[in-house]
Amino acid sequence: MGVEGIGARVTRKEDKRFITGKGRYTDDMVVPGMKHAAFVRSPHAHARITNIDASAAKGMPGVIDVLTGKQIKADGIGNLICGWMIHSKDGTPMKMGAWEPMATATVRYVGDAVAVVVADTKAQARDAAERVEVSYEELPAVIHAVEAMKPGAPQLHPEAENNLIYDWEIGDSAAADAAIAAAAHVTEVDIVNNRLSPNPMEPRATLGVYDAAEDHYTCWTTSQNPHVARLVMSAFYNVAPENKLRVIAPDVGGGFGSKIYIYPEEIVCLWASKTTGVPVKWVADRTESFMTDAHGRDHVTKVRMAFDKDHRITGLKVDTIANLGAYMSLFSSSVPTYLYATLLSGQYVIPAIHANVRTVYTNTVPVDAYRGAGRPEATYLLERTMEIAARELGVDPAELRRTNFIRSFPYQTPVIMAYDAGDYDASLDAAMKAADWAGFPARRKEAESRGMKRGIGMSCYIEACGIAPSAAVGSLGAGVGLWESAEVRVNAVGTIEVLTGSHSHGQGHETTFAQLVSERLGVPIDSVSIVHGDTDKVQMGMGTYGSRSGAVGMSAIVKALDKVEAKARKIAAHLLEADEGDIAIENGELKVAGTDKAVPWFQMALAAYTAHNLPDGMEPGLKETAFYDPTNFTFPAGCYICEVEIDPETGKTEIIQFVAADDFGNIINPMIVEGQVHGGIAQGIGQALLEGVHYDETGQLLTASYMDYCMPRADDLPSFDLSHQVTPCPGNPLGIKGCGEAGAIGSPPALINAITNAIGTENITMPATPQKVWVAMQ
Amino acid sequence: MSEVTMTVNGRKVSGSCEDRTLLAHFLRENLGLTGTHVGCDTSQCGACVVHVDGKAVKSCTMLAVQANGTDVMTIEGLAGDDLHPVQAAFREHHGLQCGFCTPGMIMAATDMINRHGPGNLDEKTVRGELEGNICRCTGYHNIVKAILAASEAMAKGAGAKAA
Amino acid sequence: MYNVTYHRASSVEDAAKLAAGAAEAKFVLGGQTLIPAMKQRLAAPSDLIDLRHIAAMKGVTDSGGGIIIGAATTHAEVASNADLQAACPALCHLAAHIGDPHVRHMGTIGGSIANNDPAADYPAAMLALNARIVTNKREIAAADFFTGLFETALDEGEIVTAVKFTAPAKAGYAKFANPASRYAMAGVFVARSGGSVRVAVTGAGDNGVFRAENLEAALAGNFSPSALDGQTIDPANLMSDIHASAQYRAALVIAMAKRAVAAAG
Repeated sequence: MGVEGIGARVTRKEDKRFITGKGRYTDDMVVPGMKHAAFVRSPHAHARITNIDASAAKGMPGVIDVLTGKQIKADGIGNLICGWMIHSKDGTPMKMGAWEPMATATVRYVGDAVAVVVADTKAQARDAAERVEVSYEELPAVIHAVEAMKPGAPQLHPEAENNLIYDWEIGDSAAADAAIAAAAHVTEVDIVNNRLSPNPMEPRATLGVYDAAEDHYTCWTTSQNPHVARLVMSAFYNVAPENKLRVIAPDVGGGFGSKIYIYPEEIVCLWASKTTGVPVKWVADRTESFMTDAHGRDHVTKVRMAFDKDHRITGLKVDTIANLGAYMSLFSSSVPTYLYATLLSGQYVIPAIHANVRTVYTNTVPVDAYRGAGRPEATYLLERTMEIAARELGVDPAELRRTNFIRSFPYQTPVIMAYDAGDYDASLDAAMKAADWAGFPARRKEAESRGMKRGIGMSCYIEACGIAPSAAVGSLGAGVGLWESAEVRVNAVGTIEVLTGSHSHGQGHETTFAQLVSERLGVPIDSVSIVHGDTDKVQMGMGTYGSRSGAVGMSAIVKALDKVEAKARKIAAHLLEADEGDIAIENGELKVAGTDKAVPWFQMALAAYTAHNLPDGMEPGLKETAFYDPTNFTFPAGCYICEVEIDPETGKTEIIQFVAADDFGNIINPMIVEGQVHGGIAQGIGQALLEGVHYDETGQLLTASYMDYCMPRADDLPSFDLSHQVTPCPGNPLGIKGCGEAGAIGSPPALINAITNAIGTENITMPATPQKVWVAMQ
Repeated sequence: MSEVTMTVNGRKVSGSCEDRTLLAHFLRENLGLTGTHVGCDTSQCGACVVHVDGKAVKSCTMLAVQANGTDVMTIEGLAGDDLHPVQAAFREHHGLQCGFCTPGMIMAATDMINRHGPGNLDEKTVRGELEGNICRCTGYHNIVKAILAASEAMAKGAGAKAA
Repeated sequence: MYNVTYHRASSVEDAAKLAAGAAEAKFVLGGQTLIPAMKQRLAAPSDLIDLRHIAAMKGVTDSGGGIIIGAATTHAEVASNADLQAACPALCHLAAHIGDPHVRHMGTIGGSIANNDPAADYPAAMLALNARIVTNKREIAAADFFTGLFETALDEGEIVTAVKFTAPAKAGYAKFANPASRYAMAGVFVARSGGSVRVAVTGAGDNGVFRAENLEAALAGNFSPSALDGQTIDPANLMSDIHASAQYRAALVIAMAKRAVAAAG
């Protein structure tokens, strides 16, 4: 590897602007004549709108207009959609209720948009929004998924009887039942996966600009996938045809899934810009983010796992009820199905698996993918179940896992996935060694002498990243393809621009992607620029989520680089009067192997553009495009170990050590990969220990600010001990598996297994707050 | 409306704003200094931290009129010809990802090092001192590392200019 | 935030005069609680009268017989004041753990006690130290000053200018913070002067800060953590919310009381 190539710990090219305050986020954008929007939102979880009187608001200082759902509907703007069709096991399609960008008749969660005020300043818009008088007729609300399914529960959408969206299954129910019936031991566990708010530090924001002269719209927005946003706004919401709509996602301050989706605010601000004739900006405050950003997780599950007398797993049966909130968000339907139940084999040979999943509407914020998306839910239930089984069977938890590890690849699970490569023993061994697992009993004894309860727990996770190939996901109901695009432009002086459909909102693509180009073409990373996030600059792409940008986005760049190299070789061979097959590209030169004949990279590039001396019939220029559609998912896996100490007087958990041993396949920049794991673990620890969305029974959101929603802070966390084991992914040219979500997937069960080990009872749910731990210990 | 005059990053500036205007918004909207961010409504996330008269404060919890007559330093004013050692350490140790919390983190970290004295920080102290700054990307691991490294570098004389 | 008119007072008298002339004035010192409340439109004063620049309200004096802390003294200043470190280090410790460093640079002791947030730290110290709250009109014993949730004995337009107390022989403070807000979920200040022990609890009571008389009695004879073994706090008068039930808060109060006594030495 070179100092800037694959495998190098290169500091990030993008950092300079961020550490000097020169980042450009959506809220930093100012355009001439720009005005500010404030939304009027429902204070009720469920109500009929009987009247909207905006007359007082319209007379407030600075107010340009107050617009409502009836107006946006009259202008032909469509309802929000869910882009993944799931069929119930009886063959019927999922029951999608209408989600209007601003409600015209019924509001279904606290925060549902009802009207928008456009005014000179944000403060004036908010002043006026308070003066819009909306009359409501309150309806009974239902918050919990299990309650929503019961007869007589409040009904959210006429399309969905008993609020049931779909009743879906995967696997062989009879085989799983038979395994359970014949088992030497069955472990039964009730699992609750808590509801979370993603909380990127940059609140969502959008700036809609309508240009009447060109009949053209520009949408600046906090998006992880601007092209998907344009596609959806154009094809489904009728905002404008694609060629009349430019979507720009500039620097974006974190996403974690919550900025994948197209929300009402983008649509409304674009439309309002045309309606009012002024550019309209909206920036969420944090409470608005809690009330409107898609939440994550919120499952309840019954698990039965069957073992034979040798402690081999013979079957797994899972029954899950997932809360999707008041409306179906963009990819919400796929999360508790194909992103969840397909991972229920974990790292283990399980001959028979069956999962039944029911999703329901409730009067809560829509629920969609949040870092991990389905895979944390699968891992949590499997790894809690394995731990409890080991305790019931009286065997070492590591040994029980080893007894059941998959060791032969490729491995076809009973739930669609075909694992391509892995070495689960290697991660387990590395983690146990790093954690000094063997020394734990002595440490526990020492803690006891201080009156503290010490516990240790592990988790062996698998995930599936780079969701693909497009034809396969299409057959499972996806409304989009899941490929990625890249364009490599070699300029006439040899500098390079890579235009990628991936979007960086903290992942460091500007550096990692440049390292790939540097490795391949032997040019310094400073001469490589990564362009992303603008539909006018970059051809159609699919964006960044699901840990896909390395495995899929960079593979597209590899494909484009292959084409660039092939043409560059032809030009060099022509210039050097050599055979194309003898040309090697290294250290900024194209040379004839085994000779001292060479042409510098920039000279070859210049030759491509002067076109004075090109091979016969060759087109001038050097710019290539590629679309890469993977052949399979990738399967990162690893083992996490957590050790905790609990204060029995207060129930407070302190994390003493946290060890992560991950197999991400090949790694481009270890520094950036480690950073992804650190952040993922912190979010996983947040889920397990600190974070939880609470509603009261009437549907009021009780955790609507950082006063009540507990974000992990520096003193909640330890430093982390990381290592990497490498089995390259055979499915893509770089051997990359993806690293963005692993930390959030693997960590919650390790932490809860440690806490339950410390306190000697399994009866605790996430987040294991001091109060819950204290109660469990009483 | 009030006329507000203050020294920002060494330059005397004035502007007129409503009395309800927060210092953070005055910096961002009146002065175009958009490095100072607003990430919450409850004075907890610290994305807005700037120095007022040499002390770290949350600019979302101070009115611009309260800051009238003060000396304000924002992230844009921290570097001289070279990066401040704290900025350099954040880059060197990958103490940032999305960059949104970073300006507040760096301003908090420089204040922390100034108060404790360069070279006088340990991990536990740094973690405790970061109570008022939330980061969602890094898990704080590399932020802590960066602050400790900057503290040591400053003890050895790097970028002796106190921020 | 709603619109507001800001005034910078040059003296206590000036402040009182400005307040008298306003429709609905509020005094602001550090503003670390008031401004967030205004941002969320939970507080809507017509006029904001800034007391932060009144020199007479700043600083710490230890006259031997009594300690006076000016109301405009910030938490950071209290935490690092050498006289206070010598006279009552527990108060410095308390101040050093309010909010975060940035909040401590702005927030003041006077602002905190005048606001009387039921989860604020200073009220517990004032009550346990038997402090007197000095205003521009009178002196009020802490026991009479804190009257309920966000309620004090202050009259309209009355300004807290300082607090006064006699240094205790021993004192300690321990709090268990709300994991999210980091305000006290149970904060206990213990102070021993001669044979008398006062124990004040913040963050837990459903009517704000209160004295735990049974704990005081137990500690009067034996000022050690073990004296609190078997003591309980009645949950009936404690707050209950999503973070902590009254029962849990009751247990935390005992745990924090023991730690406060241990810290007092």
